[in-house]
Amino acid sequence: MFRFIVRRLLQLIPTLFGLSLLLFIWLRRLPGGPETAILGERGTPEMRAAIRRNMGLDEPILVQYGRFVRRMIKLDLGTSTSTKRAVTTEFIERFPGTVELTITAMVIAIGIGIPLGYLAARRRGRFLDHASVGGSLIGICIPVFFLGYVLKAIFSENLHWFPSSGRQDPTLGATRVTNFFVLDGLMTREWDAAADALWHLVLPAIALASIPLAIIVRITRASVLEVLNEDFVRTAEAKGLTEQTVRSRHVLRNAMLPVATSIGLLAGGLLSGAVLTETVFAFSGIGAFVAEAIGQRDYPVLMGFILIIAVVYVLVNLLVDLSYSFIDPRVRVR
Amino acid sequence: MSLLEVDDLSVTFARRGQRPVHAVDGVSFSVDAGEVVGLVGESGCGKSVTSLAIMGLLPKQPGLRVGGKAVFDGTDLLQLDDRSRRDIRGRDIAMIFQDPLSSLNPVIPIGLQVTEVLTRHRGMKGDAAAKEAAALLDRVGIPDPKRRLKEYPHQLSGGMRQRALIAMAVACQPRLLIADEPTTALDVTIQAQILELLKELVRDSGTALLMITHDLGVVAGMVDTVNVLYGGRVVETARRRPLFREPRHPYTVGLLGSVPRLDAGRGEKLNPIPGSVRDLLPWPDGCAFAPRCARRIDDCVGQPPELVHTYDGRSYRCVNPEPVPGTVPAPREEEPA
Repeated sequence: MFRFIVRRLLQLIPTLFGLSLLLFIWLRRLPGGPETAILGERGTPEMRAAIRRNMGLDEPILVQYGRFVRRMIKLDLGTSTSTKRAVTTEFIERFPGTVELTITAMVIAIGIGIPLGYLAARRRGRFLDHASVGGSLIGICIPVFFLGYVLKAIFSENLHWFPSSGRQDPTLGATRVTNFFVLDGLMTREWDAAADALWHLVLPAIALASIPLAIIVRITRASVLEVLNEDFVRTAEAKGLTEQTVRSRHVLRNAMLPVATSIGLLAGGLLSGAVLTETVFAFSGIGAFVAEAIGQRDYPVLMGFILIIAVVYVLVNLLVDLSYSFIDPRVRVR
Repeated sequence: MSLLEVDDLSVTFARRGQRPVHAVDGVSFSVDAGEVVGLVGESGCGKSVTSLAIMGLLPKQPGLRVGGKAVFDGTDLLQLDDRSRRDIRGRDIAMIFQDPLSSLNPVIPIGLQVTEVLTRHRGMKGDAAAKEAAALLDRVGIPDPKRRLKEYPHQLSGGMRQRALIAMAVACQPRLLIADEPTTALDVTIQAQILELLKELVRDSGTALLMITHDLGVVAGMVDTVNVLYGGRVVETARRRPLFREPRHPYTVGLLGSVPRLDAGRGEKLNPIPGSVRDLLPWPDGCAFAPRCARRIDDCVGQPPELVHTYDGRSYRCVNPEPVPGTVPAPREEEPA
């Protein structure tokens, strides 16, 4: 098991190397370039040349790439051209918010999606089945930002159940430790701060969870229907086991394999989805920051973001592969 | 009174916009305590559906209709509610299936798959259950049972898997064991071992066995009474020896004739029954086998043949049976002579 994890983590190296190459080439080939971003359209050619010299953009491309990789290894992602602060610092402040949001969204999607998909399969062809299959189709169709606005309009502006924006009420003066606000509140025993942060998470997390929820419902349903027809379920029935045992021990566990795969694939997509959700809810995570960086051609920030997504993706899928070996002994790793 | 008395069992699958399929169409037979009874026929003749209907294991779907009776020890199994059925399954009636790999749960160790029966019906838990499970595996001839309990189905060979399934089936010493083609998915050598094991278990414990098979070799080896099914009906019932010596129904004759023989001359052709099960006449229109039958006469079509009982305790459903010197059909009970 340990060797498997190490091997998978080592696989990160070539992945990241390839990615760095792609990023480097892609960013240099974009029209405009960083000097335009800094000076705007009115800079004189002399000013442009000065900036290019300062940033090392006039050196041979290989030298530039070598420097780029060296700095990346030291986790120095450069300075944001729009906020003038180190990209790493910005990320340390903002990334925890996004992680909180995606984890909450995933908990909602899995916590509702798997039971609902299972019930839909058991009541196949009846109301609950049609409702959840139809509902999940709507869930997939509605764009995240639109759902975000609708939720905001109903639940915060009309009903005032949830706050409409932000991560926490700033007047609470909560202590910051890790920048995971809920975790901070629990660690410092500021229960009201933790609850408030959680409260702020509800609406954006629901908006973000809609698509993964819909997909998980459908995959669970299809998978359960398939497993119900398996011979070993008939064997379990022939043993006279209670319906409860047949369901939990024989059906559900076998039905979880495809669901686990899809959760791994969805988790990566959630980070990208967070960009839109955070913008709608003025949620100061990494997503809103990146959305701004795209408009500003803030290359160091974009690069850092893409690298983080890649790392998270690899790590999440490592977790999924590990969960396989708990579910299915046939793929158990040694 | 027999242990299991199946009377006029019928199973119909109806689909909207299609003609309903009579998979089983009035099947009657009985199994005495300790007896080995065979249900024999080609694929699609309704033998598996019959056994699943008795067990109450037919997939629940709209349009499924089960009629008739299956009386086990005084109780009609078809009338039971789900809960009482679950109490009987695995304890009084157990079943072994065709494909041992797909019939075992791939993600659960063999041990739990055995002990769950013990826990459910005999209230055994923990060490006691594990010990009993090891004893059961040992009894069905699995070497090193303690280690096997921790293993998963994919780590066992085909024969071992079928032995494990048999262990689960006999865990509660059922009074009736239904084996649905238990050797079809196995090698020939393993087949013989599994049949030998079943024979031994039946002999030692006095369990009755309902053996469902298309393999006449299996029938010849262990069955006491044979019921030959065609098109969802029993077409001939007889004790094993008389059936092999003097088959009366042309379909039985065809089945016996189509068994390849080792002592046949080189280049001698196999002798199959012409046509396939698809060439099936609906029973109300006459004998279902008529389109494929070599002894077809005009009387075969028009009305379904009645079951004819002979004085020596056999019965067949044919108006022009294979002649056997010295036997006279008994007068039919229903009709005035």
